[in-house]
Amino acid sequence: MSQNDPVAAFRVEAGEVLEQVEQGLLDLGHRLDDHELIDAVFRGLHTLKGSGAMFGFDALASFTHHCETAFDRVRKNLTPATPQLIAVILSAQDHMRALIEGDATDRKAEGDAILAKLQAALDGAPAPTPEAPPVVQGWRLSLRLPPEAMQNGINPLALLDELRTLGDCRIVARTDQVPPLAELVPTECHIGWDIEVRGAVSRDDLEDVFIFVLDDLDLQIEAIGDTSCDDVEDTAPPPGAGTTPSALPPTRVDTMPPAQDRDPATTPNGRGAPKTGESVRVPAERLDLLMDRVGELVIVQSRLSQLAHSSGSNATDVALRSISEEIERLASELRDTVMVLRMVPVATLFGRFRRLVHDIARDTGKTIELSTDGETTEVDKTVIERLADPLIHLIRNACDHGIEPPERRLAAGKPEIGQVRLSARQEGGEVVITIRDDGHGIDRERVRAKAEAHGLLQPGQVVSDQELLQMIFHPGFSTAPQITSLSGRGVGMDVVKRTIESLRGTIEVASVSGQGSAMSLRIPLTLAIIDGLLIRVGDGRYVIPLAVVEECIELSLEEDLRSRGRSFITLRDRLVPFVRLREMFATGTKPSVHQKIVIIATGTERVGLVVDQIIGSHQTVIKPMSAVHCNVPTFAGATILGDGGVALILDVVQLVALGQHQEERLRAVA
Amino acid sequence: MSASILIVDDSTSIRVAIRMALTGAGYTVSEAADGAQGLSKASGSRFDMIITDLNMPNMDGLSMIRALRKNPAQCGTPILFLTTESEDAMKQQAKAAGATGWLVKPFVPEQLIRVVRKVLGR
Repeated sequence: MSQNDPVAAFRVEAGEVLEQVEQGLLDLGHRLDDHELIDAVFRGLHTLKGSGAMFGFDALASFTHHCETAFDRVRKNLTPATPQLIAVILSAQDHMRALIEGDATDRKAEGDAILAKLQAALDGAPAPTPEAPPVVQGWRLSLRLPPEAMQNGINPLALLDELRTLGDCRIVARTDQVPPLAELVPTECHIGWDIEVRGAVSRDDLEDVFIFVLDDLDLQIEAIGDTSCDDVEDTAPPPGAGTTPSALPPTRVDTMPPAQDRDPATTPNGRGAPKTGESVRVPAERLDLLMDRVGELVIVQSRLSQLAHSSGSNATDVALRSISEEIERLASELRDTVMVLRMVPVATLFGRFRRLVHDIARDTGKTIELSTDGETTEVDKTVIERLADPLIHLIRNACDHGIEPPERRLAAGKPEIGQVRLSARQEGGEVVITIRDDGHGIDRERVRAKAEAHGLLQPGQVVSDQELLQMIFHPGFSTAPQITSLSGRGVGMDVVKRTIESLRGTIEVASVSGQGSAMSLRIPLTLAIIDGLLIRVGDGRYVIPLAVVEECIELSLEEDLRSRGRSFITLRDRLVPFVRLREMFATGTKPSVHQKIVIIATGTERVGLVVDQIIGSHQTVIKPMSAVHCNVPTFAGATILGDGGVALILDVVQLVALGQHQEERLRAVA
Repeated sequence: MSASILIVDDSTSIRVAIRMALTGAGYTVSEAADGAQGLSKASGSRFDMIITDLNMPNMDGLSMIRALRKNPAQCGTPILFLTTESEDAMKQQAKAAGATGWLVKPFVPEQLIRVVRKVLGR
């Protein structure tokens, strides 16, 4: 586990730092007042001290601390850099090296001798002694954050939650300084708080909560004496809150621990520790049924809200609208709840691969280490099940084709142990699973030769790098010169690609010759219901998955005319290709006067779609296309709209590929 | 969903130590070896938090924090910087540059996790 052993990494690094320090000291011997050198030596010692303590080299840390202090004085011009001082610290270097390499117990005397010499040149600084804080019944706090706090990443809610972990809290928001809407700066915090914390809390505990804002914070802390609880009610009215009734306003949240039942560590006093979760095993098909019902409910709900919106303004209509809005909210909450029921962490999937890699390593005589991260990323259960086989295949490929045998790795100057890294993370509405190896990468020449041999490419045909790499997913394609029992038969990669596409996902391939390759699978979080953007093109309505929509901009008439034929717009200094859906779908209608461009993005690629009208967001229940239509590439499915009409769901991946193709053609011409 | 955190430090051992502590606590971690790399990573994808060293080659932590805060998309992203007791002036500068908080080196994993939880609120 060399990659993951910080102590080993520290030893190597500390050795390098020591060398730099030594070099610096030697140079300094010739140029005693060179401040850059002094700073460099100081930084080196500083690093040694800091990281030494972190990795358990306490003897090194405390020893280096003295040398660092000495140099800090030199740096601040309190002590001149003398040849004697440099000599002492040079001799200290060897001692430090010994401390890094091994056991420190029998070397204390040696270190002390050096320190004594060091001390001879310098005065020690006395350390301040902390005084014991008194413990009181509770505290009353009045708090207002500096205006820029939220921009600088302070989360006021997190601060309040942290206070709640200290003891029983009553928190009252002070809204007197909230400006009228027109003057309100949304990135500033306008709310102040009056807080009472009860319990055995010290002033330091409170100040610790606000440690990062303490300097610029408007914070008053006063102790609540040894009084009974009832007089607190009388003394508690928050100043400035004009409308404060005697009972606390609803902004107060009592002693409930914050919703963090996943990590009990945040409730240190053991107070209100969450109950260990009870769980119920439910057959998967019941969940699927539930999901179906929710889907139907969402469709009915959108019919209801359409009806409500087209209704008039008499009392019944207004009532209908308010019910419709209520139902809309409930339906979307219900949808989210059900969706979460089906989510499982990818850890369940990753767990199986450790053994797989171990076995492959044994069979091939390679040393391979599998590391994983992002195991807690959650994915829909059906997606997880269908991901297992493609991932097994990709990991096999990485181990078998990617990672070289140990002797070739050593010859190439790489560590003997090959690394395969499996990571998962969420990005918008997608989960990205990456399999990365540090092997020799994909041989593009060979891929090209193979592709030409298979007739997939014409000799000399210009393709993009990504298109070339994607060739490996063609059926019957294998670049491994020998076929092993594990891989190289050319069956599999095409199956992998098909499986991922059936999950509405994509595979991106990246590879650096000699350094390894990475396969990134992007898969939508769920397969059943998505938030969509409903648009109109000609007479038809279509849905774009909202998760990929970056922004919507207007395509002005002049711009439209100017760009005719080239289909590119400049968006914040970047050229973005766009596709005219009206032309693509051959609507034969006149374009709308105010055409819009919806910018969609997958990964780093962006493409604009020109539409006639943006209707709005729409909860989209994805229905598969019929057997006849399911091979139409531009559409990923269909959905039923509130008025009973049907809208087709655009396949974003295909459209982006189309746009990208357009861009590359342009580049080729340019 | 687990929060994603970007670590920016030129020291491999520190990065490894922070990564292990954070992944052990269920966070998703990305790494960058200096300020310039950190800046490009942070503008490429969204992180819930950034932890950065101050002394680094190519672009130091202060310049990176300033550059990040100029980008409206990074407004409000918590940024923690690594420091030591002896660098009080640096601390003030980093805060003025827009950092959220700091972590005093040396630290043990528990301290790190505590500060991360504190700032993220989860």
